[in-house]
Amino acid sequence: MTLTAPLPESVTEAPPKPTKAEALGVRRGGWFIRITIVVIVLLWLIPVAGVLVTSFRSETLANTTGWWEAFAHPFRSGQWTFENYRQALDTGGFQSSFLNSLAVAVPATVIPITIAAFAAYAFSWMDFRGRYVLFVLVVGLMVVPLQMALIPILRLYAGGAKLGGVTVFPDLKLNGTFLGIWLAHTGFGLPLATYLLRNYIGSLPSSIIESAKIDGADHFTIFWRLVVPLSVPALAAFAIFQFLWVWNDLLVAYVFLGGTRETRVVTIALSNLVGSRGENWNLLTSAAFISMVLPLAVFFSLQRYFVRGLTAGSVKG
Amino acid sequence: MTTAPTETEKTDESTVPPPKRHHPEYVPGELPVVQRLVWVNVLRIVGSLAVPVVGFVVLWSTFDFLRDADANRLLVAGVAIVVGVVGVFALFWGMNRFVDWLPAHLREGVRPYIFVGPALVILAVFLIYPVINTILISFKDATGRDFVGLDNYDFVFTDPSMLRSIRNTAMWIVLVPLVAVSIGLVFATIADRLRRGEAVAKSFIFLPMAISFVGAAVTFRLIYSFRPAGFGSNIGLLNGIWTGLGNNPVSWLSQRPWNNLFLMAIMVWMQTGFAMVVLSAAIKSIPDEIIEAARIDGASELQVFGRIIVPSILPTVVVVTTYMVINALKVFDIVFVIGNAEANGTEVIAERMIRWFFIQGNQGHAAAIAVVLFAAVIPVMVWNVRRFREQEMTR
Repeated sequence: MTLTAPLPESVTEAPPKPTKAEALGVRRGGWFIRITIVVIVLLWLIPVAGVLVTSFRSETLANTTGWWEAFAHPFRSGQWTFENYRQALDTGGFQSSFLNSLAVAVPATVIPITIAAFAAYAFSWMDFRGRYVLFVLVVGLMVVPLQMALIPILRLYAGGAKLGGVTVFPDLKLNGTFLGIWLAHTGFGLPLATYLLRNYIGSLPSSIIESAKIDGADHFTIFWRLVVPLSVPALAAFAIFQFLWVWNDLLVAYVFLGGTRETRVVTIALSNLVGSRGENWNLLTSAAFISMVLPLAVFFSLQRYFVRGLTAGSVKG
Repeated sequence: MTTAPTETEKTDESTVPPPKRHHPEYVPGELPVVQRLVWVNVLRIVGSLAVPVVGFVVLWSTFDFLRDADANRLLVAGVAIVVGVVGVFALFWGMNRFVDWLPAHLREGVRPYIFVGPALVILAVFLIYPVINTILISFKDATGRDFVGLDNYDFVFTDPSMLRSIRNTAMWIVLVPLVAVSIGLVFATIADRLRRGEAVAKSFIFLPMAISFVGAAVTFRLIYSFRPAGFGSNIGLLNGIWTGLGNNPVSWLSQRPWNNLFLMAIMVWMQTGFAMVVLSAAIKSIPDEIIEAARIDGASELQVFGRIIVPSILPTVVVVTTYMVINALKVFDIVFVIGNAEANGTEVIAERMIRWFFIQGNQGHAAAIAVVLFAAVIPVMVWNVRRFREQEMTR
C-alpha cells in the first residue's frame, strides 16, 4: 500500500518562520539589543566555561588560582593537562559509572516506548470499553510526583507484598539491580510516553488506517507496518527526552540503585565526589564534564528533536 | 480523535481468512451470553498480564544469569536492549497470535487489551498502588507497621526544619518561574529582532537544559566557592569579582536567607532556555498583520510588546509557568548536592522527604512529606484533565 498521506505536524514545535520584523521590513535591532543579547549569552556560558577551563588545569593551579587567571598566561608550561580526566575516569571510577549510566538509560528508554506505543495505538484506533476513562487516568498520572512512588516500590523490591497472607508480589531482591531501575523508570515514564504518542498517533489521518483495513490488514500489521514508521518523529522526540531524563536523574538512581562502585551511575558518582572531595576542583570539574558530555553531544547533534522532546515533555511529573 | 467504528471491525473479520481453530468447543454462538462474558473478561485479564509478567520473568532470569557470570555492563546493557526491545515486541506479537486463535466472537473483544493491558498493569503497579500505599504509610510509624494517626502530619507542620522547607519551597515555586519566564520572554522577543545569529544565541541559552541538576550544582558550587581571607586566593568567580572590588570574601552559600536565592539562580539558569524556546515559537506564530497594524497606528515597541505580544501568547505563558512551578516544587538534586541544607536553612520539601526516608529511615515522616507534595500538584492534575477534555471536545 502506498503512503502518500501528508504527515501531521510535529508534536508541538511550530515550523520556523522568517523573523517577524524581517517580514515587516521594520527597523532591525540596534546596538542596544545586540549588546543585551551578548551579555545574557555570556552570563549563561560563563558557568560552563569555568568548569571546562578548570578541568584542564593542573591540580595546583586549579585549586589555588581562579580559572580566569589561566587566560593571563595561556601558554605557560604545566598550565594545561589531561591528568584530571585520566584520574577521574580511572581512580575516580567514572569510566565504569559512565558504562553503568548507559546500561541504565538505554533499556529504560526503549522498554517504555515499546509498551507505550502499543497502548497509544489502542487508545487511538481500537474500540474498547473504558477507553476514555482509562486515558483520562493516564493524563492524571502524568504529574504525580515521583516521591509518592519511592517508598512503596522500594518496599516491593526489598520485601515483596502480601495481601492477607497471600504473596501478591514476591520478594525478588530487585533493590540495587539494573532490572529494578529499568522497571521503575518504565513505570514513571509511561504516562507521558502514552500521552504524547497517543496525541501523535491519534492525529494520523483516519483515511490511511481505514484503507489499510479494507486492504485486509489486521491491527497488528497496521500498527507495525504503518503507524510505527509514520510516528518516527514522535518516537524519536520522546526517546531523546526519556534518555536525557534517565541519564540526568539522581533521585531514582539514588533510591533504587545506590552508591556502590559496581552499580552507581555518573550522577551518583558525581554527587558522592562532592561529598568526599568537595574542594578538589580539578577532579570535580573533570568529573562534572564527563557526566555532561553525552547529553551535550545529544543536544548539539539532535537539537531539533531535542527541543521537541523537551517541549513535549513539559507536562511530566 | 477518530474512533474505530464497529463496522470496520466487521469488515476486518470478513476479509481476513478465518484462522485455524484450536478450540473447537467454542464455536461462535454456542456459548450462552453470561459464559461468553466471563470468558472475554478472563482472557482480557490474562492478555493484560501476560506481557509484563512473562517479560519480567525472562528479564529476571537473564539478569540473574548475568549477575552470576559477573558480566560487564556493556553485555548487560546489550542483553537488556535485545530482551527489552525484541523480547517485549515478540511478546506483543505472540499474544496477538494467541488472540487470532480464539473463536471469532471473542477475538475483537480481547485484542485491545493485549495492546493496552501491559501499560495499564505497569501503571497500576508503579504509580496507582504506590500512591495509595504512600497515603496509608503516612498514617503509620517509622517502620510503616502500626498506625499512629496524624502524628506524621503533626510533625510536618510543626518541625522547624520542615516549616522552613515549606516556606523555602513556596519561594522557589514563585521566584524561579517568575524570573525564568521573564528572562525567557524578554530574550525571545529581542532575539527575534536579530538579523543573524538568533538560532545560535537561543541554543546557548537553551544548552543548560541538557545538563543534569547534579552537574549544574557542581558548576555553581565553583562559582560560589569561598575561602576565608588568609586561606589562599578565592577561586570562585563571584568571590573573585567581589574581592577584586576590594571587599572581604563572602561565604555565599551560608548567607541566610539570601543563600536560597543563590540556589534558585541555578534552576533559573537551567530552565530559562526552555521558557525562551517555547515562548519564541509562540511569538513567531502571532499573525504579522496585527503587529503591523499596531505599528502603523503609531504604537511604540514597548506598547507592541505589552499590549499585543504578551496578551497573544498568554496561554503559552500559563502552560510554561505551570510546568516550571511543578519542577520547582519537586526540586531535590540542587539542594541535596550543595548540601548542609539544615545548617544553612535551605531545606526544600522534596529534599526533606529523601532525608527522612533514606538517611533518618522514618517511612511515616517521609510518606507524609510526599503526600504534602502530592496534594500540591492535585490542582494541576485536575487542570490537566480538564484541559484534555476540552481538547477532546474540539477534536
